[in-house]
Amino acid sequence: MANPDVLAGSEGPLYAARKGVYPKKVDGTFRRLKWVIMAVTLAIYYGTPWIRWDRGPYAPDQAVLVDLANRRFYMFQIEIWPHEFYYVAGLLIMAGIGLFLVTSAVGRAWCGYACPQTVWTDLFQHVDRLVDGDRNAQIRLANGPWTAEKIARRAAKYAIYLAIAFWTGGAWIMYFADAPTLTRDFWAGDAAFIAYGTVAALTATTFVLGGFMREQVCIYMCPWPRIQTAMMDEKSLLVTYKDWRGEPRGSLKKALAHPGSVGDCVDCNQCVAVCPTGIDIREGPQIGCITCALCIDACDTVMAQVGRPRGLIDYCALDDVAVEKAGGTAPPVLKTLLRPRLMVYLGIWSAIGAAMLFSLGERTRLDLAVQHERSPLFVQLSDGMIRNNYTLKLRNMETRPRKVAITVSGLPGAQLWTENGSREKASQRVLMTISPDSVTRVRLFVAAPSEGPARQDFTIATIGRDGDPRGDEDTIQFDRPEAQ
Amino acid sequence: MSDKSRLDEPTGTHTVGHEWDGIEELNTPLPRWWLWTFYACIAWAAVYVVLYPAWPMVNSATQGVLGWSSRGDLEKEMAGHTARRAPIVGAIASIPIAALPSKPELLEAAIQGGSAAFKVHCVQCHGAGGAGVVGLYPSLTDDDWLWGGDLANIETTLIHGIRNPDHDQTRLNVMPAFGRDGILDSAAINDLVSHVRVISRQEKPSAASARGAALFENNCVACHGTNGEGIRELGAPKLTDAVWLYGGSRDAIAKTIHNPRNGVMPRWNDKLDAVTIRMLAAYVHSLGGGEDAPAPVAPAAAEAAAVPDKVPANG
Repeated sequence: MANPDVLAGSEGPLYAARKGVYPKKVDGTFRRLKWVIMAVTLAIYYGTPWIRWDRGPYAPDQAVLVDLANRRFYMFQIEIWPHEFYYVAGLLIMAGIGLFLVTSAVGRAWCGYACPQTVWTDLFQHVDRLVDGDRNAQIRLANGPWTAEKIARRAAKYAIYLAIAFWTGGAWIMYFADAPTLTRDFWAGDAAFIAYGTVAALTATTFVLGGFMREQVCIYMCPWPRIQTAMMDEKSLLVTYKDWRGEPRGSLKKALAHPGSVGDCVDCNQCVAVCPTGIDIREGPQIGCITCALCIDACDTVMAQVGRPRGLIDYCALDDVAVEKAGGTAPPVLKTLLRPRLMVYLGIWSAIGAAMLFSLGERTRLDLAVQHERSPLFVQLSDGMIRNNYTLKLRNMETRPRKVAITVSGLPGAQLWTENGSREKASQRVLMTISPDSVTRVRLFVAAPSEGPARQDFTIATIGRDGDPRGDEDTIQFDRPEAQ
Repeated sequence: MSDKSRLDEPTGTHTVGHEWDGIEELNTPLPRWWLWTFYACIAWAAVYVVLYPAWPMVNSATQGVLGWSSRGDLEKEMAGHTARRAPIVGAIASIPIAALPSKPELLEAAIQGGSAAFKVHCVQCHGAGGAGVVGLYPSLTDDDWLWGGDLANIETTLIHGIRNPDHDQTRLNVMPAFGRDGILDSAAINDLVSHVRVISRQEKPSAASARGAALFENNCVACHGTNGEGIRELGAPKLTDAVWLYGGSRDAIAKTIHNPRNGVMPRWNDKLDAVTIRMLAAYVHSLGGGEDAPAPVAPAAAEAAAVPDKVPANG
């Protein structure tokens, strides 16, 4: 294999090794916000499967469970069946519009705070600081020879990486089975192969992406930076270096010697040192910026130390940039957030959410779907009546057996029976019990006198016979031979 | 196109040396792990080519040292399915067919299996849903059965077929060709048609139907019964109901009397195994017209019921 360096001509290399990024520890408003969001998101991710929720004897008691085997999705009080998958589509639409909303308001805030890649990278960087020390110690260690201490520190660091990665992969599978049972089975060696495979795969990806790839994922792999650019406008808040205030850069000494000749930026490079993607925000907006705002914290700290106003690097919209460059004062952040575009996004987002909640509240838990069997369309019976066959799908979404009556209306003289009955016992309604939490398929035979239109609509309905009369109905066609 | 790469002053980066309409591309190096990933893919491909079928040849492809093939996978899967089905197939084979309804899980499995077999062997004549074709093949979904519609009777029909020339247990109904063989002239057939249509309530009694009634008594009751109610043991259809295999119009009935069509069905015991036939019977029975098995009869009643057997088959 060719040595990649051979590919480097006099004009520079075609392939470049990753430059190590060793973000410096920083404190400030946004760092604290990042801590909170990290704690909350990780707690949600690791903890959710362990919340219990009593649903009665026929359903699992895990609050959030994706039960692929039985094709059920449980989320606290809400239970989604496969045919209700449009709720998931609704959630995805809400997520999409939510992204428009957040991105057009505060730029890539998702990237900077809530994206799993960011959260876990942040976590792994804290591990680095814990084991190797802060930025300078990390750089020293990385460039130093392989001493026993370096080997020991590396071993410890990778062991912690691996533990976090394993825990992360392990938490994922808990969403797909009863968590306590799965944990026991997992360690006893009784869990399904897919469980071990998933944990292994997610451990490996967490270890590699969080431990080593880090900002390379954001810059080279992730499609969001490319897409999000299209969602922002000149009113979106972005992390911005106010070059009209900072340039030309100069040290404190220079500022004292020649007042007015230098800007506020003292060129301390703290904004670069703390950046988790290793960029220099003073070069302007760029794809590597995930708007985590740690540079704002770093710069504000330095500005406080040198006695200059904070906000040399700050959340700032393109419009504000123009205003401030011209010497004006940017409007307050709240005003930027309460603009029509965001109100429209928020309105659509809330409308979909409200519609979904309404629909969840209104949906029937005894659902009927009728399919007309078309082969044959109708059957001539020996006594002159015409029979049509229907396949009924009765979904009992409650966790108790249901007693129901199946009736028809709009079809005079109709006789009903199912595959479990017979023509002799046919009547105007069929009584049956449907098992809890399941779909029952039943063939319904409907016989009616041959006199009548060739195609006639009528209604098949279910009525609860166990105290709760609410059911469902479906209008379907009855076919007869064309009149001779 | 220029192939001279130069240093781009504003960015401090070299260009790659290409130029399109004055636009030049900066040489921004790709990450090296990208290159290593590319090499890893090549290595992966090389290993894959050795292990798995990969290289197309004139008539086949390289086999790969693992000996894997999709056909082999399929065979394994099929063998697995057969093994999984074995217990339920065995159970269906080992109980009398009339007992199937008392074992719902076996009945359900039999109906499913029969549904699959029906699609392969039966739809050509009886149609996808068993609706048959008027004038050619009987409907299996209605409540009118020439030979009986309980599970055992359907199974017997499937096993031995109808009018199978090389098989002595086949079901055989013989209706004379009254017109073609000159037993009745066309006027008599016309009167007979009137009578048949009267007893099936398609026409009002008339002089012709009265003449036909006498003809019916002389020529037809032996098989079709005194009132045209049919005799199943002979496969003689009921003439009083609304279901007509060859049509119930004047023309269709006249044709049948003139030259009966005597439908044929193959026997399936030489093509299908006993379990498949049993499953087919269960499926056909489930189509909506299946009858319950006759209640067991006391010896005296059985003797009485056996009387129609003594009627000469050819009337």
